[in-house]
Amino acid sequence: MHTILTKQTLAPQIVAMTVDAPRMATAAKPGQFLIVIPDEKGERIPLTICDYDANEGTITIVIQAIGASSKKLIEMNVGDKFEGFVGPLGHPSEFIHLSYEELSKKSFMFVAGGLGAAPVYPQVKWLSERGVQPHVIIGAKSAEYVIFEEEFRKLTPNVHIATDDGSRGFHGLVTALLEKLVEKGNKYDEVIAIGPMVMMKFVSLTTKKLEIPTIVSLNTIMVDGSGMCGACRVTVDGKVRFACVEGPEFDGHKVDFDEAMRRAKMYHTQEAEASHKCNIR
Amino acid sequence: MAINYIRTKVKEQDPKVRATNFSEVCYGYTKEEALEEASRCINCKKPRCVEACPVSVQIPRFIEALTKDDVARAAQIIAEDNLLPSVCGRVCPQENQCEGSCILGVKGEPVAIGLLERYVGDWKIKNVESNDQSPAPSHQSQIKVAIVGSGPAGLACAADLAKMGYAVTIFEVLHKAGGVLQYGIPEFRLPKSAIVEQEINAVRELGVEIVTDTVVGRTVTIDELMDRDGFEAVFIGSGAGLPKFMGIQGESSNGVVSANEFLTRANLMKAYDSSYDTPIFTGSHVVVVGGGNVAMDAVRTAKRLGAKATIVYRRSEAELPARLEEVHHAKEEGIEFRMLTNPTAIVADENGWVKAIRCVEMELGEPDASGRRSPVVKVGSEFEVECSSVVMALGTSPNPLISQTTAGLETNRWGCVVADENGATTRQGVFAGGDVVTGAATVILAMGAGRTAARAIDNYLKTK
Repeated sequence: MHTILTKQTLAPQIVAMTVDAPRMATAAKPGQFLIVIPDEKGERIPLTICDYDANEGTITIVIQAIGASSKKLIEMNVGDKFEGFVGPLGHPSEFIHLSYEELSKKSFMFVAGGLGAAPVYPQVKWLSERGVQPHVIIGAKSAEYVIFEEEFRKLTPNVHIATDDGSRGFHGLVTALLEKLVEKGNKYDEVIAIGPMVMMKFVSLTTKKLEIPTIVSLNTIMVDGSGMCGACRVTVDGKVRFACVEGPEFDGHKVDFDEAMRRAKMYHTQEAEASHKCNIR
Repeated sequence: MAINYIRTKVKEQDPKVRATNFSEVCYGYTKEEALEEASRCINCKKPRCVEACPVSVQIPRFIEALTKDDVARAAQIIAEDNLLPSVCGRVCPQENQCEGSCILGVKGEPVAIGLLERYVGDWKIKNVESNDQSPAPSHQSQIKVAIVGSGPAGLACAADLAKMGYAVTIFEVLHKAGGVLQYGIPEFRLPKSAIVEQEINAVRELGVEIVTDTVVGRTVTIDELMDRDGFEAVFIGSGAGLPKFMGIQGESSNGVVSANEFLTRANLMKAYDSSYDTPIFTGSHVVVVGGGNVAMDAVRTAKRLGAKATIVYRRSEAELPARLEEVHHAKEEGIEFRMLTNPTAIVADENGWVKAIRCVEMELGEPDASGRRSPVVKVGSEFEVECSSVVMALGTSPNPLISQTTAGLETNRWGCVVADENGATTRQGVFAGGDVVTGAATVILAMGAGRTAARAIDNYLKTK
């Protein structure tokens, strides 16, 4: 259990792994996440579920090396076992409760920023399997960081790319591309934005202006991921919510992003120190 | 023989030294001390201590074995009723239970039953290789029972069912077994690898399988366990893990955490050990809000991490719900106590980090429903205490995950699973006990509930 079965580099410092986790693979649905513990002394790291295969009993995760713990993760290899691998956690995406008929009438736009393409993938896949062809914007800082493009193109013809430096697709931010697509006459009933907190904030501001209901998936700090610690609390519509058990998906127009971004920095200094410690080892 | 009313002293780590480390506070009795203390028991014909014990440990019998220097026999006697003697000897509120009803306590000091139980438990961990009570194979070993949660209630229920011959699987959400014994109670009160993990291994040796990393309600539901996976009964011992916050202004500031988060980082994730990756934040002054055992654990942990540490509690010292021993230890370690003080807001700096806690002074008014005098705000008494972080230790309630995902399982208005005196819930074949039924209580009450439910599950499966 919890053995790494495959490992693939998708972009610099971004790695995909499939992991042996039969129970989780049977239970997982789009929108949910998991917690991985690299080794005995590692942190409990929340990650989105990128794909699941109940028949194979596998879960796919995508990791970007940012802090000490995620660096530790991407250095692990096929055959290694994680100390812990728990999930699925959180609620599945709301749309999975819709009927075929309701789904067929709805036009979805997914905005995936950076690593956000990973959690967006199972959602688009789920919809595509039910005959829906959503729009997807993949945003990245440059061409080499665009991930999952081929996979998305297999699911829907409506894939758009935006890069910060213009090295691939639209030159500019995902919000600008989204506005441009709407200006061109595309109609979206719902936007699902997943990516860095700051991107989700600005997508939500944009869609508020455009009056499109928007769902975001909050990647807050967590310890247990099951409602026990409260590290993940966020303010949504003026109320304190636990992202782990009440989310991770919330109404983007009601999330207090400034508070969420500030809270995400709670352990930054210590993470920098841990990272430093890790580098000199 | 004359009755000895004076308890044998136990050695403790020097307060000044222990306030800087995470090693155990109390050293426990040596063999000589244990024998001396055991000899104080007058072996009552009607032992009130046994009646007062939630799991009915045969206290005079095990103490008698000790007086004959037969620790192995003492260990066997305890094991009939309690598989976690080293844990219980350390964390039970004996003063309200066995020791509180000891006849010697009427005129003098009660027998130190907790310390004796701990002595026997620790002896067993050191000297008994494996449990000799492996269940005899029986027709029942094909009958599967699932237990949700590997805390005290689940472990006690699992142990009894395994002894009866059932095939028991415990599902635990965290990556280590033990529940509150693992994430909640600090190392300096309850050592993890030396004690908790050893006693849990003893439960495993009875044939109980413990599957970690499993969120019942998400990874698998109780309905799936029963309808798909062939479990014929389920015991829910998932505890009370949902932390409460005050709902005051500024509570979302950086530096405000629940006691659950603070203690989980320190205990389960070993943030105090620099070889672990876990971050934990204290800053120079930690204010812990609350007066229970969890508040004491949090404040003493903060002190050990090098911060100035203060308890803020809205009633007076007499009403502190924490064990006297914990309050006493905390004071010895230099914890500051601000009684009759209630927070009204958290004050943050320009970056959103805690810089102070705003409080009002309280005075005691009329007794409330709990019989304790209820605190009333003193008008115009508002003041601020500068601090770098705040830990909220206000109590916990049961996690709603399981009740939300299990058909036909009734909960009350506090979110506790409704169960009768035997632990039977409103769903057939599903039993519950411990904090998930009562709300946050003690390790030993949870164990008692687990044992009661084990008997009820056996009856249910036999008559099904």
